Amino acid sequence: MSKRMSDNTRGLIKLTILRVIVYAILIFLCILCLFFFYLMIVNASRSNAQLATGFDILPRENFFKNLVNAWNDTSINIPRGMLNSLIIALSTAVLTTYFSALTAYGVHAYEFKGKKFVFTFIIAVMMIPSQVSALGFIQMMNKFHLNNSYIPLIVPGIAAPVVFFYMKQYMESVLPLDVIDAARVDGSGEFRTFNTIVLPMLKPAVAVQMIFSFVSSWNNYFIPALLLDKAEMKTVPIMIAQLRSADYSKFDMGKVYMFILLAILPVLITYIFLSKSIIKGVTAGSVKG
Amino acid sequence: MNKNDNKTLGPRKSVSYAKWGYIFILPFFLVYIVFTLAPQFLTIYNSFFENYRSGLKQIGPNFVGLENYKALFTPDAAGTVRILKYAANTLILWIAGAIPQFVIALLLAIFFTSYRLNIKGQGFFKTVIYMPNLIMAAAFSMLFYTLFSRVGPIQGLLENWGVIDKSFDFFSVRITVRGMIALMNFLMWFGNTTIVLMAGIMGIDQALFESATIDGANSVQVFFRVTMPLLMPIFVYCLITAMIGGIQMFDVPQVLTNGKGVPNEMTRTLVMYLNGYLTTKNYGMGGAISVIIFIITGGLSGIVYKILSAQYKDPERLHRQRKGNVI
Repeated sequence: MSKRMSDNTRGLIKLTILRVIVYAILIFLCILCLFFFYLMIVNASRSNAQLATGFDILPRENFFKNLVNAWNDTSINIPRGMLNSLIIALSTAVLTTYFSALTAYGVHAYEFKGKKFVFTFIIAVMMIPSQVSALGFIQMMNKFHLNNSYIPLIVPGIAAPVVFFYMKQYMESVLPLDVIDAARVDGSGEFRTFNTIVLPMLKPAVAVQMIFSFVSSWNNYFIPALLLDKAEMKTVPIMIAQLRSADYSKFDMGKVYMFILLAILPVLITYIFLSKSIIKGVTAGSVKG
Repeated sequence: MNKNDNKTLGPRKSVSYAKWGYIFILPFFLVYIVFTLAPQFLTIYNSFFENYRSGLKQIGPNFVGLENYKALFTPDAAGTVRILKYAANTLILWIAGAIPQFVIALLLAIFFTSYRLNIKGQGFFKTVIYMPNLIMAAAFSMLFYTLFSRVGPIQGLLENWGVIDKSFDFFSVRITVRGMIALMNFLMWFGNTTIVLMAGIMGIDQALFESATIDGANSVQVFFRVTMPLLMPIFVYCLITAMIGGIQMFDVPQVLTNGKGVPNEMTRTLVMYLNGYLTTKNYGMGGAISVIIFIITGGLSGIVYKILSAQYKDPERLHRQRKGNVI
């Protein structure tokens, strides 16, 4: 009896120690994740002179001054950059999700010759990165005089194999074909059925994929940097990289931190409000590179 | 009666709906052909031509066969084959981030799914560790640069603590620059991997864990004999997609080192090499590098394809997937 008691207590002590270690690891990782961003916010609130004194853990009073300075900077036109990025990212998000859903629906709901090939092809090319065709892409866009245009940054979003795959998977679990049949009996045209019946049923998947494609478009640096060289067309990541190559010593550092903060702010705000559904979307859409 | 009757709409009625299938997939394929497939062929085509600018003079395009590939693998004056050096850099940078990424992700996935541990606040922890995945890599990298630069706060803090002396520069030492890149990649990806592996573990039949425990297996044995083997397809999938992501490594080292791969080109990656030729408009050499990266990623994609299509063919597994929402 007493031996069993001590066995139990020993097990309990072991479990408690284990728990303490696990929570310690989790808290450490959280601090590691937040530390650099916290420093960013703190430093975005300090003046250049305050920043010159080095490390500081508490925010200061110059946040809005830095914000005004960064917003009105003449060499880095951040409001224009954010507007460009916003236009591109929003249009990409809409086109990507709509056409991926449409394509997935075409493969899901209809029987046609070559259907299997279509599906196989999309899965096969899904993981091939855009960098390996970037050269031909840039050459073609230059030839069509589409450099310094939004088009090459938005329209290719229509063909997004990863989002297609996600939508197809989602349809298989939520979209019974009887629904489409019923709509047909009611005299609904195929295209109307998709827009008014199918698309609303896909709402959760569409929402999640819109967020993901918005984020990846907003953060995209490689291709835009090769296409856009006009100042008024530049997107946020290009401006951030420009900041890095500028002569550093002349900069008001408070402004630099503010630029970085502004660059990630839209995504950060979206994440704060929608983190739950975004994280759910990760698992279902784990096919992301 | 057609055997497809229950699965599809097409043949059930006298009307054929096949044309709608084609119409609905048409925009995707048109755009894919124009913006991806044609550029892909054009890229390969370019790799067989000499086509660059020398000062103000435009050389080419002249057909040179495999000369660009030969040039890529010819040692330079110092005796280094640059593409191999950059490939090695890419691999080292990827591995240095991926080892902690997968070890920590696996540990966290086990912690989070353990009934015995019963971790509270999982939602909060997941939210925090996933956050860096969505942050703009260029901005994150710029932040690291400002924080770790000679005049940055981290340098100052470590000087005050006596960890480093005044002459130390994070950006002139190979291990610290590589370390920063690996740390950023780790921070950006371990949360994502944790969440995917967690879903994988939750997709495993709970009864297997219970019976293993009843049979007297301890938690280490359960991990190696039950969890890991069943998690393998998803683990391999994660690993290969991470590898494909690693080959594309560009934003972080490019912005952190201002495209220079300091120190001594020790952090220049394959895509940074490609980017250099694209900005100087050397389309022949750029094409050859693109083709090499294409072959590597194509091979890895083949493995991903195998994993995915195996899952697709196995209906029982697909059912589990839907329930567990895995992949």
